[in-house]
Amino acid sequence: MAIFSVYVINKAGSLIYHYDHTSNRPEVEKTFSFPLELKLKIFDERVVVAFGERDGIKVGHTVLSVNGIQAEGRCLKDGRDIIEVLNDEKKYPINIKFGRPKLTSNQRIMLASMFHSLFAFGTQLSPEPRSSGIEVLETDTFKLHCHQTMTGIKFVVLTDPRQTAVEMLLKKLYEIYADFALKNPFYSLDMPIRCELFDDNLKGALEQAERLGISNI
Amino acid sequence: MTVFNFYIFDRNGTCLYYAEWNRKKQSGISKEEEFKLMYGMIFSIKSFVNRISPTDMKDGFMNFKTTKYKLHFFETQSGLKFIMNTDLNVGSVKETLQLIYSSIYVEYVVKNPLCYLDQPITSELFKAKLDDFVRGLPIFPTSVS
Repeated sequence: MAIFSVYVINKAGSLIYHYDHTSNRPEVEKTFSFPLELKLKIFDERVVVAFGERDGIKVGHTVLSVNGIQAEGRCLKDGRDIIEVLNDEKKYPINIKFGRPKLTSNQRIMLASMFHSLFAFGTQLSPEPRSSGIEVLETDTFKLHCHQTMTGIKFVVLTDPRQTAVEMLLKKLYEIYADFALKNPFYSLDMPIRCELFDDNLKGALEQAERLGISNI
Repeated sequence: MTVFNFYIFDRNGTCLYYAEWNRKKQSGISKEEEFKLMYGMIFSIKSFVNRISPTDMKDGFMNFKTTKYKLHFFETQSGLKFIMNTDLNVGSVKETLQLIYSSIYVEYVVKNPLCYLDQPITSELFKAKLDDFVRGLPIFPTSVS
Protein backbone atom coordinates (compact mmCIF):
# COMPACT_ATOMS: atom_id res chain seq x y z
CA MET A 1 0.00 0.00 0.00
CA ALA A 2 1.43 3.30 -1.00
CA ILE A 3 0.53 6.68 -2.42
CA PHE A 4 3.13 7.82 -4.91
CA SER A 5 2.25 11.40 -5.79
CA VAL A 6 -0.40 14.08 -5.97
CA TYR A 7 -1.02 16.55 -8.80
CA VAL A 8 -3.50 19.43 -8.85
CA ILE A 9 -4.40 20.74 -12.31
CA ASN A 10 -6.40 23.92 -12.84
CA LYS A 11 -9.26 24.29 -15.30
CA ALA A 12 -6.95 25.48 -18.08
CA GLY A 13 -4.76 22.39 -17.77
CA SER A 14 -1.74 23.84 -16.02
CA LEU A 15 -0.13 22.23 -13.03
CA ILE A 16 -0.70 24.25 -9.87
CA TYR A 17 0.54 21.79 -7.29
CA HIS A 18 2.68 18.72 -7.19
CA TYR A 19 3.93 16.55 -4.36
CA ASP A 20 5.92 13.31 -4.39
CA HIS A 21 5.05 11.18 -1.38
CA THR A 22 6.81 7.83 -1.60
CA SER A 23 9.18 6.95 -4.35
CA ASN A 24 11.62 4.09 -4.50
CA ARG A 25 13.33 4.70 -7.79
CA PRO A 26 15.44 1.66 -8.57
CA GLU A 27 19.15 2.37 -9.02
CA VAL A 28 21.67 -0.17 -10.27
CA GLU A 29 25.43 0.22 -10.10
CA LYS A 30 27.70 -2.03 -12.14
CA THR A 31 31.30 -2.19 -13.29
CA PHE A 32 31.74 -2.77 -17.02
CA SER A 33 34.68 -3.82 -19.16
CA PHE A 34 35.28 -2.80 -22.78
CA PRO A 35 33.24 -3.04 -25.02
CA LEU A 36 30.00 -2.10 -23.25
CA GLU A 37 27.28 -4.79 -23.45
CA LEU A 38 24.60 -2.09 -23.56
CA LYS A 39 23.46 0.09 -26.40
CA LEU A 40 23.08 3.70 -25.28
CA LYS A 41 21.45 6.60 -27.06
CA ILE A 42 20.83 10.28 -26.46
CA PHE A 43 17.19 11.01 -25.74
CA ASP A 44 15.80 14.27 -24.40
CA GLU A 45 19.34 15.49 -23.49
CA ARG A 46 19.97 12.35 -21.47
CA VAL A 47 21.98 9.19 -22.00
CA VAL A 48 19.40 6.40 -22.10
CA VAL A 49 19.67 2.60 -22.42
CA ALA A 50 18.29 1.72 -25.87
CA PHE A 51 18.94 -2.03 -25.92
CA GLY A 52 20.37 -4.78 -23.72
CA GLU A 53 18.52 -5.32 -20.45
CA ARG A 54 20.63 -7.10 -17.81
CA ASP A 55 21.11 -7.28 -14.03
CA GLY A 56 18.19 -4.98 -13.30
CA ILE A 57 19.20 -2.38 -15.88
CA LYS A 58 16.14 -1.76 -18.02
CA VAL A 59 15.55 -0.09 -21.36
CA GLY A 60 14.72 3.55 -20.62
CA HIS A 61 17.06 3.88 -17.63
CA THR A 62 19.42 6.83 -17.75
CA VAL A 63 23.05 7.09 -16.74
CA LEU A 64 23.07 8.71 -13.28
CA SER A 65 26.80 8.67 -12.62
CA VAL A 66 30.09 7.35 -14.04
CA ASN A 67 32.84 6.33 -11.58
CA GLY A 68 30.97 8.20 -8.85
CA ILE A 69 30.87 11.47 -10.82
CA GLN A 70 27.27 12.61 -11.22
CA ALA A 71 25.74 13.10 -14.64
CA GLU A 72 24.17 16.39 -15.66
CA GLY A 73 22.19 15.93 -18.84
CA ARG A 74 24.45 14.32 -21.44
CA CYS A 75 27.65 15.47 -19.73
CA LEU A 76 29.30 14.65 -16.41
CA LYS A 77 29.61 17.19 -13.56
CA ASP A 78 33.21 17.84 -14.66
CA GLY A 79 32.09 18.77 -18.17
CA ARG A 80 33.12 15.64 -20.11
CA ASP A 81 30.63 14.14 -22.57
CA ILE A 82 29.35 10.78 -21.27
CA ILE A 83 29.30 9.06 -24.66
CA GLU A 84 32.89 10.15 -25.33
CA VAL A 85 34.05 8.84 -21.95
CA LEU A 86 32.32 5.50 -22.55
CA ASN A 87 33.81 5.14 -26.03
CA ASP A 88 37.37 5.53 -24.68
CA GLU A 89 38.84 2.07 -24.13
CA LYS A 90 41.55 3.39 -21.75
CA LYS A 91 38.93 4.44 -19.16
CA TYR A 92 37.83 0.82 -18.61
CA PRO A 93 36.95 -0.95 -16.32
CA ILE A 94 34.34 1.68 -15.63
CA ASN A 95 31.61 1.92 -13.01
CA ILE A 96 28.21 3.21 -14.17
CA LYS A 97 25.08 3.85 -12.14
CA PHE A 98 21.73 3.52 -13.92
CA GLY A 99 18.24 4.43 -12.78
CA ARG A 100 14.82 5.58 -13.88
CA PRO A 101 14.99 9.21 -15.01
CA LYS A 102 13.64 11.69 -12.47
CA LEU A 103 10.93 13.97 -13.80
CA THR A 104 11.93 17.62 -14.05
CA SER A 105 9.34 20.25 -13.15
CA ASN A 106 8.97 21.19 -16.82
CA GLN A 107 8.19 17.59 -17.69
CA ARG A 108 5.63 17.45 -14.91
CA ILE A 109 3.89 20.55 -16.27
CA MET A 110 3.84 18.91 -19.69
CA LEU A 111 2.43 15.65 -18.33
CA ALA A 112 -0.27 17.55 -16.43
CA SER A 113 -1.51 19.32 -19.54
CA MET A 114 -1.27 16.06 -21.45
CA PHE A 115 -3.56 14.44 -18.91
CA HIS A 116 -5.93 17.39 -19.19
CA SER A 117 -6.48 16.69 -22.89
CA LEU A 118 -6.62 12.90 -22.43
CA PHE A 119 -9.38 13.52 -19.90
CA ALA A 120 -11.35 15.44 -22.54
CA PHE A 121 -10.81 12.73 -25.17
CA GLY A 122 -12.22 10.20 -22.72
CA THR A 123 -15.50 12.11 -22.77
CA GLN A 124 -15.63 12.59 -26.50
CA LEU A 125 -14.93 8.97 -27.42
CA SER A 126 -17.50 7.64 -24.96
CA PRO A 127 -19.99 5.12 -26.38
CA GLU A 128 -22.51 6.20 -23.73
CA PRO A 129 -24.04 9.66 -23.39
CA ARG A 130 -23.12 12.03 -20.56
CA SER A 131 -19.83 10.42 -19.62
CA SER A 132 -17.21 12.13 -17.48
CA GLY A 133 -13.53 12.08 -18.35
CA ILE A 134 -11.03 9.50 -17.11
CA GLU A 135 -11.62 8.76 -13.43
CA VAL A 136 -9.39 5.74 -12.84
CA LEU A 137 -6.53 4.66 -15.08
CA GLU A 138 -4.94 1.32 -14.33
CA THR A 139 -1.50 -0.01 -15.24
CA ASP A 140 0.46 -2.94 -13.80
CA THR A 141 2.57 -0.72 -11.52
CA PHE A 142 0.24 2.04 -10.43
CA LYS A 143 -3.31 3.35 -10.52
CA LEU A 144 -4.18 6.94 -11.34
CA HIS A 145 -7.28 8.40 -9.72
CA CYS A 146 -8.71 11.69 -10.88
CA HIS A 147 -11.46 13.78 -9.33
CA GLN A 148 -12.73 16.81 -11.17
CA THR A 149 -14.58 19.38 -9.12
CA MET A 150 -17.56 21.40 -10.35
CA THR A 151 -15.22 24.34 -10.92
CA GLY A 152 -12.97 22.31 -13.21
CA ILE A 153 -10.01 21.71 -10.93
CA LYS A 154 -8.59 18.19 -11.16
CA PHE A 155 -7.06 16.35 -8.23
CA VAL A 156 -4.91 13.50 -9.47
CA VAL A 157 -3.43 10.87 -7.15
CA LEU A 158 -1.03 8.12 -8.20
CA THR A 159 -1.20 5.08 -5.94
CA ASP A 160 -0.23 1.46 -5.67
CA PRO A 161 -2.79 -0.69 -7.57
CA ARG A 162 -3.97 -2.22 -4.27
CA GLN A 163 -4.54 1.03 -2.40
CA THR A 164 -8.18 1.41 -1.33
CA ALA A 165 -10.44 4.32 -0.39
CA VAL A 166 -8.77 6.76 -2.76
CA GLU A 167 -12.12 8.46 -3.61
CA MET A 168 -12.32 9.41 0.05
CA LEU A 169 -8.81 10.83 -0.08
CA LEU A 170 -9.62 12.87 -3.21
CA LYS A 171 -12.64 14.43 -1.49
CA LYS A 172 -10.46 15.18 1.52
CA LEU A 173 -7.86 16.85 -0.69
CA TYR A 174 -10.54 19.07 -2.19
CA GLU A 175 -11.63 20.01 1.30
CA ILE A 176 -8.05 20.87 2.23
CA TYR A 177 -7.71 22.91 -0.96
CA ALA A 178 -10.90 24.83 -0.16
CA ASP A 179 -9.85 25.44 3.43
CA PHE A 180 -6.17 26.25 3.17
CA ALA A 181 -5.51 27.46 -0.38
CA LEU A 182 -8.71 29.29 -1.27
CA LYS A 183 -9.06 30.98 2.11
CA ASN A 184 -5.46 32.16 2.03
CA PRO A 185 -5.57 35.89 1.18
CA PHE A 186 -2.16 35.66 -0.51
CA TYR A 187 -3.25 32.94 -2.93
CA SER A 188 -4.45 34.02 -6.35
CA LEU A 189 -6.77 31.67 -8.20
CA ASP A 190 -5.35 29.34 -10.88
CA MET A 191 -1.79 30.09 -9.80
CA PRO A 192 0.65 27.57 -8.29
CA ILE A 193 -0.23 26.80 -4.68
CA ARG A 194 2.47 27.87 -2.25
CA CYS A 195 0.78 27.64 1.13
CA GLU A 196 2.47 25.99 4.10
CA LEU A 197 -0.78 24.98 5.77
CA PHE A 198 -1.96 23.33 2.55
CA ASP A 199 1.30 21.35 2.35
CA ASP A 200 1.09 20.18 5.96
CA ASN A 201 -2.55 19.16 5.82
CA LEU A 202 -2.09 17.36 2.51
CA LYS A 203 0.82 15.37 3.92
CA GLY A 204 -1.30 14.51 6.96
CA ALA A 205 -4.18 13.31 4.79
CA LEU A 206 -1.87 11.16 2.67
CA GLU A 207 -0.29 9.54 5.71
CA GLN A 208 -3.68 8.86 7.21
CA ALA A 209 -5.00 7.33 3.98
CA GLU A 210 -1.93 5.12 3.73
CA ARG A 211 -2.20 3.96 7.35
CA LEU A 212 -5.87 3.16 7.23
CA GLY A 213 -6.09 1.70 3.73
CA ILE A 214 -9.81 1.39 4.22
CA SER A 215 -10.66 4.73 5.72
CA ASN A 216 -13.46 5.07 8.26
CA ILE A 217 -14.61 8.64 7.65
CA MET B 1 -23.11 -6.01 -18.51
CA THR B 2 -22.55 -4.87 -22.05
CA VAL B 3 -19.88 -4.63 -24.70
CA PHE B 4 -20.16 -1.31 -26.54
CA ASN B 5 -17.57 -1.41 -29.27
CA PHE B 6 -14.26 -2.84 -30.35
CA TYR B 7 -11.27 -1.54 -32.30
CA ILE B 8 -8.16 -3.16 -33.77
CA PHE B 9 -5.24 -0.91 -34.72
CA ASP B 10 -1.97 -1.93 -36.28
CA ARG B 11 1.36 -0.50 -35.17
CA ASN B 12 1.17 2.37 -37.67
CA GLY B 13 -2.19 3.60 -36.41
CA THR B 14 -4.34 2.18 -39.19
CA CYS B 15 -7.70 1.02 -37.91
CA LEU B 16 -7.87 -2.57 -39.12
CA TYR B 17 -11.30 -3.34 -37.77
CA TYR B 18 -14.16 -1.69 -35.97
CA ALA B 19 -17.37 -3.21 -34.65
CA GLU B 20 -20.07 -1.93 -32.36
CA TRP B 21 -22.91 -3.61 -30.50
CA ASN B 22 -24.79 -1.54 -27.98
CA ARG B 23 -23.36 1.90 -28.59
CA LYS B 24 -25.77 4.65 -27.63
CA LYS B 25 -23.76 7.77 -28.42
CA GLN B 26 -21.80 8.47 -31.58
CA SER B 27 -18.82 10.77 -31.28
CA GLY B 28 -20.25 13.33 -33.72
CA ILE B 29 -17.31 13.08 -36.12
CA SER B 30 -16.71 10.78 -39.07
CA LYS B 31 -15.48 7.25 -38.35
CA GLU B 32 -12.09 8.01 -39.91
CA GLU B 33 -11.64 10.98 -37.61
CA GLU B 34 -12.79 8.97 -34.64
CA PHE B 35 -10.21 6.24 -35.35
CA LYS B 36 -7.47 8.83 -35.53
CA LEU B 37 -8.62 10.39 -32.28
CA MET B 38 -8.80 7.00 -30.56
CA TYR B 39 -5.36 5.95 -31.76
CA GLY B 40 -3.96 9.32 -30.77
CA MET B 41 -5.44 9.02 -27.31
CA ILE B 42 -4.09 5.50 -26.79
CA PHE B 43 -0.66 6.52 -28.09
CA SER B 44 -0.57 9.51 -25.73
CA ILE B 45 -1.79 7.48 -22.77
CA LYS B 46 0.99 4.94 -23.37
CA SER B 47 3.64 7.63 -23.45
CA PHE B 48 2.09 9.49 -20.49
CA VAL B 49 1.91 6.36 -18.37
CA ASN B 50 5.48 5.35 -19.25
CA ARG B 51 6.85 8.67 -18.12
CA ILE B 52 4.75 9.26 -15.02
CA SER B 53 5.16 5.74 -13.61
CA PRO B 54 7.30 5.69 -10.46
CA THR B 55 8.76 2.26 -11.29
CA ASP B 56 9.59 0.21 -14.38
CA MET B 57 6.54 -1.27 -16.10
CA LYS B 58 5.88 -4.60 -17.74
CA ASP B 59 2.45 -4.46 -19.36
CA GLY B 60 1.95 -0.73 -19.05
CA PHE B 61 -1.50 0.73 -19.61
CA MET B 62 -4.36 -1.75 -19.09
CA ASN B 63 -7.67 0.07 -18.74
CA PHE B 64 -9.39 3.27 -17.72
CA LYS B 65 -12.79 4.07 -16.31
CA THR B 66 -15.08 7.06 -16.54
CA THR B 67 -18.50 7.38 -14.92
CA LYS B 68 -20.16 5.59 -17.87
CA TYR B 69 -17.78 3.15 -19.49
CA LYS B 70 -14.53 1.24 -19.17
CA LEU B 71 -11.93 1.04 -21.92
CA HIS B 72 -9.78 -2.10 -22.02
CA PHE B 73 -6.50 -2.14 -23.89
CA PHE B 74 -4.25 -4.99 -24.96
CA GLU B 75 -1.18 -4.71 -27.15
CA THR B 76 0.75 -7.57 -28.73
CA GLN B 77 4.53 -7.56 -29.08
CA SER B 78 4.11 -6.77 -32.76
CA GLY B 79 2.25 -3.56 -31.93
CA LEU B 80 -1.30 -4.67 -32.71
CA LYS B 81 -3.70 -2.88 -30.40
CA PHE B 82 -7.02 -4.32 -29.26
CA ILE B 83 -9.45 -1.91 -27.61
CA MET B 84 -12.79 -2.88 -26.12
CA ASN B 85 -15.28 -0.58 -24.44
CA THR B 86 -17.57 -2.17 -21.89
CA ASP B 87 -19.72 -0.98 -19.04
CA LEU B 88 -18.30 -0.47 -15.56
CA ASN B 89 -19.24 -3.85 -14.06
CA VAL B 90 -16.83 -5.77 -16.24
CA GLY B 91 -13.59 -6.89 -14.61
CA SER B 92 -10.43 -7.67 -16.58
CA VAL B 93 -10.95 -8.79 -20.19
CA LYS B 94 -7.25 -9.27 -20.89
CA GLU B 95 -7.68 -13.00 -21.54
CA THR B 96 -10.64 -12.31 -23.83
CA LEU B 97 -8.63 -9.86 -25.92
CA GLN B 98 -5.71 -12.27 -26.02
CA LEU B 99 -8.10 -14.97 -27.22
CA ILE B 100 -9.47 -12.70 -29.95
CA TYR B 101 -5.91 -12.16 -31.10
CA SER B 102 -4.75 -15.78 -30.95
CA SER B 103 -7.84 -17.66 -32.07
CA ILE B 104 -9.63 -15.19 -34.35
CA TYR B 105 -7.16 -12.65 -35.72
CA VAL B 106 -4.30 -15.11 -36.25
CA GLU B 107 -6.60 -17.89 -37.55
CA TYR B 108 -8.75 -15.90 -39.95
CA VAL B 109 -6.56 -12.95 -40.96
CA VAL B 110 -2.91 -13.93 -40.65
CA LYS B 111 -3.55 -17.41 -42.05
CA ASN B 112 -5.66 -16.03 -44.87
CA PRO B 113 -3.36 -15.25 -47.81
CA LEU B 114 -5.95 -12.89 -49.29
CA CYS B 115 -5.86 -10.59 -46.25
CA TYR B 116 -3.28 -7.81 -46.31
CA LEU B 117 -1.91 -7.26 -42.83
CA ASP B 118 -1.64 -3.48 -43.10
CA GLN B 119 -5.09 -2.80 -44.53
CA PRO B 120 -8.54 -2.79 -42.97
CA ILE B 121 -9.93 -6.32 -42.64
CA THR B 122 -12.68 -7.06 -45.15
CA SER B 123 -12.93 -10.83 -44.58
CA GLU B 124 -16.57 -11.81 -43.94
CA LEU B 125 -15.42 -14.95 -42.13
CA PHE B 126 -13.39 -12.91 -39.63
CA LYS B 127 -16.31 -10.55 -39.15
CA ALA B 128 -18.74 -13.41 -38.49
CA LYS B 129 -16.38 -15.29 -36.15
CA LEU B 130 -15.63 -12.18 -34.11
CA ASP B 131 -19.29 -11.25 -33.87
CA ASP B 132 -20.20 -14.76 -32.71
CA PHE B 133 -17.36 -14.78 -30.20
CA VAL B 134 -18.26 -11.43 -28.65
CA ARG B 135 -21.98 -12.24 -28.54
CA GLY B 136 -21.13 -15.49 -26.76
CA LEU B 137 -19.12 -13.79 -24.02
CA PRO B 138 -20.52 -13.91 -20.48
CA ILE B 139 -20.09 -10.12 -20.33
CA PHE B 140 -22.40 -9.73 -23.33
CA PRO B 141 -26.06 -9.91 -22.25
CA THR B 142 -28.68 -11.62 -24.38
CA SER B 143 -31.31 -9.00 -23.62
CA VAL B 144 -30.17 -5.45 -24.22
CA SER B 145 -31.14 -3.24 -21.31
